[in-house]
Amino acid sequence: MEGVAVWFFQLWMFVVLFLIMLPAMFGLSLGVTGVYIQGLVHILEWATLRIQREREQQSGVPDPLPNGIIERGGGSMQEGVGRLRGDGPSTGGLFSLSDALFFYQTGLESIVDDTVTQRFSSEELNSWNLLTRTNQNFRYISLRLTLFWGVGVFVRYGLLLPFRVTLAVIGLSWLVIGTVLVGLLPESSVKNWLSELVHLTCYRVCARGLSATILYHNKENRPQKGGICVANHTTPIDIVILANDGCYAMVGQVHGGLMGVLQRSMSRSCPHVWFERSEMKDRHTVTNRLRAHVAARTKLPILIFPEGTCVNNTSVMMFKKGSFEIGGTIYPVAIKYDARFGDAFWNSSKYNMVSYVLRMMTSWAIVVNVWYLPPMERQEEEDAAQFANRVKSAIAQQGGLLDLDWDGGLKRGKVKDSFREEQQKQYSSIITATDQ
Amino acid sequence: MGSRASTLLREEEIEEIKKETGFSHSQITRLYSRFTSLDKGENGTLSREDFQRIPELAINPLGDRIINAFFPEGEDQVNFRGFMRTLAHFRPIEDNEKSKNAAVSEPLNSRTNKLLFAFQLYDLDRDDKISRDELLQVLRMMVGVNISDEQLGSIADRTIQEADTNGDNSISFNEFIKVLEKVDVEQKMSIRFLH
Repeated sequence: MEGVAVWFFQLWMFVVLFLIMLPAMFGLSLGVTGVYIQGLVHILEWATLRIQREREQQSGVPDPLPNGIIERGGGSMQEGVGRLRGDGPSTGGLFSLSDALFFYQTGLESIVDDTVTQRFSSEELNSWNLLTRTNQNFRYISLRLTLFWGVGVFVRYGLLLPFRVTLAVIGLSWLVIGTVLVGLLPESSVKNWLSELVHLTCYRVCARGLSATILYHNKENRPQKGGICVANHTTPIDIVILANDGCYAMVGQVHGGLMGVLQRSMSRSCPHVWFERSEMKDRHTVTNRLRAHVAARTKLPILIFPEGTCVNNTSVMMFKKGSFEIGGTIYPVAIKYDARFGDAFWNSSKYNMVSYVLRMMTSWAIVVNVWYLPPMERQEEEDAAQFANRVKSAIAQQGGLLDLDWDGGLKRGKVKDSFREEQQKQYSSIITATDQ
Repeated sequence: MGSRASTLLREEEIEEIKKETGFSHSQITRLYSRFTSLDKGENGTLSREDFQRIPELAINPLGDRIINAFFPEGEDQVNFRGFMRTLAHFRPIEDNEKSKNAAVSEPLNSRTNKLLFAFQLYDLDRDDKISRDELLQVLRMMVGVNISDEQLGSIADRTIQEADTNGDNSISFNEFIKVLEKVDVEQKMSIRFLH
């Protein structure tokens, strides 16, 4: 019995070391993940067809609608009020009792379906991808489908999960050990090269630990040293995804525990920018430190997520202008996850980090497209906020995401009163427009 | 996780809501999904804060009045039935309903009931009259600080003058209906569902 266990363990380590770690160091791939993904696509397509066929027979089970569940009135306040007035009495263009109906209508429409709150929860899929967690409206369809689901559970939890956990542990410990070793070396180009190698290997191993298939587009636009890389934020895994293809200087708060260990060891081999919690509150300190980092043109590009929070990858929310005030060249990056294989969004109010990582490791896979956009710089006439919007639109367009102006902070906080005052101002100008 | 949306709403409940409000089976299921996603406390009812979490509603000048319409007198929580009952006022009027027999009590989304809903949003103290003060209050909500008291007062006076036919210096429900008789309430106070 013991002999078998030892042999098994040896085989396991052999597989991991030679088939995963070494290729990871050199950025090669054995193509296993590719085959796996192809197989998955076929199975999921078959499942979709089965579900659709059953749907047509069973009535009363509504399909999830991608564009919202109601038809919005559309048009500006001016048009809406005018349309109501056009049929009603003309009180000389001033207030009319029908005006309030416009606000009631838009209010009720937003209660039934609004564009913002849905961004903070996972995207609803058009068809089930055989994971219980995305099963919102799909009832029991057929025996064969349930069987597949059962097999899927076994495969994911029994085979893939231990495999992935091993890889993650190896990857992270390699990061800590490797960076500490590299940190002992004196400053030199060799040190930098080694540091990059260590970082890249660690992230590649982690990526394989998630069965991540990453497609990079437009690699010629990759962020250069001394620049700032901005991307849309869906999950902490974004960092792993981006760091698979280049080295970045991370920006963030100093944490305790495991994160703190990782942060400190990473800093040993190359400069990252970690802030104490107290420093984060002072915007000037933050901006100055980042500016100093960028100005020294030899340092790695900074990675920033201007949305400030995780959103569900169907839209891009308001970019905080702070990152755009630093100066330097901005390298926008668009990241889009394929939701068929696993829901990458981290709903931080629902799941903590550990359960999130567990969910990630028991998904089918993570398939993601990364587009590097051409670098942008702030023009003379625009201020930081306008520049931020310009970059945001470029990223939204490339990634096929909806471009929203709402603040990602609305996930937790209330909307500012100034927005309501805007609406009131707009309405006042309508009813005083034709005042004698 | 799992299919929360369909398992927690029983078939009998769906039938009852269908009869009371006229929504279809799929519309009720979708609205239930929406209700549960708004219900952050997961206790089966919505509070005023749950509504105010919707940014587009929070910036609506009459948002508070609309939220109030969902809560019956003196209560702070609304369950799914109450939610649907209020939403039913905004259901579009289908053609085949117009010819239904008059014996059936008036559906919640008839023209008169839609207008009554709008009337009650003006009539804050529910005394079946819109007084000058009530009109001023709603006007003030809509314009914020951008119009002076005197100007607002004269707007209110003019509106009441034009609507008031029995000289009691306030607008009754019938006078309200008369003022809005040309407005296509069926169209403008309806939420069209995509199937």
